Amino acid sequence: MQTSTSWRSFRMAAWLGWLIESNWTDPFLFTVYSIVKPLSGAAILVIMYGIITQGNFDSPLFPYIYLGNAFYIYVGAVMTGVSWAVVDDREHYKTLKYMYIAPIYIPIYLLGRGVARFITGSIAVFITIAAGVLFLKVPLHFTEIDWLLFIVTLILGVIMLALLGLLLAGVTLTVARHEGFIGEATAGALYIFSGAVFPLDILPEWIRPVGYFMPTTYWLELLRRSLVGNVAQAFPTLANFSNMEILGILLALSIFFGVISIWVFRVCDRIARERGLIDHTTNY
Amino acid sequence: MSTTLAIETKNLGRIYKLRGSKKETRKELIALQDVSLTVERGELFGLLGPNGAGKTTLIKVLTTLLSPTSGWARVAGADVHTEPKLVRPRINMVSGGESSGYGLLTVRENLWMFSQFYGVPSKEANERIEALLEMVGMKDRMHTKSSDLSTGLRQKMNIVRGFLTDPEVLFLDEPTLGLDVGASRDVRKFIVEWLKADKTRTLLLTTHYMVEADELCDRVAIINKGRVLACDTPTALKQRLQKDVMFEIETSPLNGLTPQMMEEQPEVKKAALTEIEGGARLQLSLVEESALARVINLFTQKDVKVMNLNKRQPTLEDVFVDLVGRSMAEEESSERSQ
Ligand SMILES: Nc1ncnc2c1ncn2[C@@H]1O[C@H](COP(=O)(O)OP(=O)(O)OP(=O)(O)O)[C@@H](O)[C@H]1O
Ligand SMILES: [Mg+2]
Repeated sequence: MQTSTSWRSFRMAAWLGWLIESNWTDPFLFTVYSIVKPLSGAAILVIMYGIITQGNFDSPLFPYIYLGNAFYIYVGAVMTGVSWAVVDDREHYKTLKYMYIAPIYIPIYLLGRGVARFITGSIAVFITIAAGVLFLKVPLHFTEIDWLLFIVTLILGVIMLALLGLLLAGVTLTVARHEGFIGEATAGALYIFSGAVFPLDILPEWIRPVGYFMPTTYWLELLRRSLVGNVAQAFPTLANFSNMEILGILLALSIFFGVISIWVFRVCDRIARERGLIDHTTNY
Repeated sequence: MSTTLAIETKNLGRIYKLRGSKKETRKELIALQDVSLTVERGELFGLLGPNGAGKTTLIKVLTTLLSPTSGWARVAGADVHTEPKLVRPRINMVSGGESSGYGLLTVRENLWMFSQFYGVPSKEANERIEALLEMVGMKDRMHTKSSDLSTGLRQKMNIVRGFLTDPEVLFLDEPTLGLDVGASRDVRKFIVEWLKADKTRTLLLTTHYMVEADELCDRVAIINKGRVLACDTPTALKQRLQKDVMFEIETSPLNGLTPQMMEEQPEVKKAALTEIEGGARLQLSLVEESALARVINLFTQKDVKVMNLNKRQPTLEDVFVDLVGRSMAEEESSERSQ
C-alpha cells in the first residue's frame, strides 16, 4: 500500500514533468535549452581558459575545468527541476492545492517532477562532453574510464542533488514572493563553492571550509577522476585522498544533507499549512 | 465507518496574521470564529455568505490545506489537522472561478492523471471520464488541449475532476461562479444526481447565490464575518420570518430618505436598501400589511416615486437581512470599503 502510493506519486509526476518539459511542440526552445545554452557556456569557459593560460590545453587543469563545468549542469537541472515544480504548480497551473489534497506523497511527487530535467540535463551533459572530446581534445579515452566508479558516483550524486532540490522546494513553499529565483540562486552560489571550474585552493582560506562541506565538491571530483585519471593532480588538497576515501566522504555528506533536506521539507510543509501558503498566488 | 458524521467541527477558528510592509502594521484578521457544525452522511450542505465571510477558509481547513488556529475538525472520521493522510483519500475539492489545470495536456489527460493519483484503475478511470464528460456535455472536447478551452469549459473540467475520484465527501467552493445560466443549471442538476446515486455521498458547497443555496441544499449555514449565524433547512430558516409580510419596492432616488427612517415607523420590522440604476430597491419586512401605507406616505413626503411593488414569500436573502441587519450586497460593499 505504502510502496504503491509512492510509486504512483513518482510515476505520474515523472510522466507529467516529461510532458511539460519536453513540450516538443516547440523544438526550437528545446534545442536552445538543451544544446545551444550548455555549448555556448562551455565555449566561453574554454576561450577564457585559453586566454588566461596562453593556450596551455595539455595541463590537467583543462579537463578539470571542462568536465567540472559539464557535470555542473546536473546541479542546476536536478535541484531546480524538483523545486521549480512548486512554483509551476502553485503559480502557473494552480494545481498545487489539488496535488496536496490527493492521497500521494508530495515529496515523492516533487522528486518525480524532477526526472524530466534530469533527462534533458543528461542530454546537455553528454553533448557538452562529446563536443569537448571531439573538438577540444579533452583527454577522455574510453578504455581508461572507471565505469563502475563513474556510474556509482553519478547515481549517488543525482540522488543527493534531488534531495537538495527537496530542501529548496520546502523553502520555496514558505516563500510567497520571488520564489522562482531560489533554485537558480542556490545553483549559482554552489558553482563557486564546489570547485566546479577551479580548485577550492584558489579561494581565500577562511571561506574554503564552505566548499569542503558541500557534497557537490567531492561528487564533481570523483566524476572527473573516474573519466580522466591524471586530473586528480589539478586539485591539490584532494590529491592526497584516494577515490574510495572521497567516495566515503561523498556518501557521508549525502546522507547528512539528505536527512537535513527531508527534515527541512517537513518543517516548511507545516509552516505552509499554518500560513495558508499552499494555494498562495502572487498575481504577477 | 458509515455511521460516523461526514463533517464535524468544534469551536473551529482561524486567524490570519497580516504582515504589512512595515513592522508596526502587523495585524490579525479573524477569518473563522467558533464554528461548530455537523454534517451527516448523504447531506448536501451549503455555506452561504457574502465575500470575505470565511467560506473558502473553512473549506481550506476541512480539506487539510490550512491549519486551524483553534478548535478542531473531523472529515470522514479523521482529524484534518493531525491525520490528513486519512482524510485525503476520502475527499476531493473544486474551487470555482479559477482556471487550473495543465494547459498542454488534453482534457482527458488532465483528468486521467488525477484519477491515477487516487489509484483508480486506468480502465475504470477512462470509463468514468467519458461518462462524466458526457453528463456535463463536453464529451466532444475530450481530446482538446485544456489551454484551448473557454474559461467556463475549464471550470467544468475541474468539476469533473472533483467527481472523478468518487470521494466520500466532496467540497465545492462556488462551483457555479463565472458560469453562464445554462452551464450553472447543468452543474446543479449534476450535483443533485450524483448525490442521489449513492446515499453515503456527502457534498458541501459554498455560494453567495441565495437561490442556489435555497434550491439545492438540504441544510444551509449562514456565515458572516467568520461566524455561523444560523444553520438549518432552507424551509426552517424561512419559516422564522413567515409571520412577516415581505414587500420589494423599486423607487426613484430616495432624496435623503434612509432605511432607518422607514424602520422607525410602527410595525416596520426591517428595511434593506440596494442601490440600483436610477433609484433604489427596498426589501421591507412588515409585521402588518397595513404598515405599507406608512412607508408609502414617507415616499410621498420626500417626493419619491414608486416604480414597482411586489409582495413576496421570504427568501434566504431575507433571512440574511434578519440575522445581519443588512443585505448581502450592503455587507459586501462595507467589507470592501474597510
Ligand atoms: N491567506 C490569507 N492571508 C490573510 N488573509 C486572508 C487570507 N485568505 C483569506 N483572508 C481573509 O480572510 C477573510 C475570509 O476570506 P475567505 O476567502 O474565506 O472568504 P469567502 O467567504 O470565501 O469570500 P468570497 O466569497 O470572496 O470567496 C477575508 O477577509 C480575507 O481577506
Ligand atoms: Mg471564497
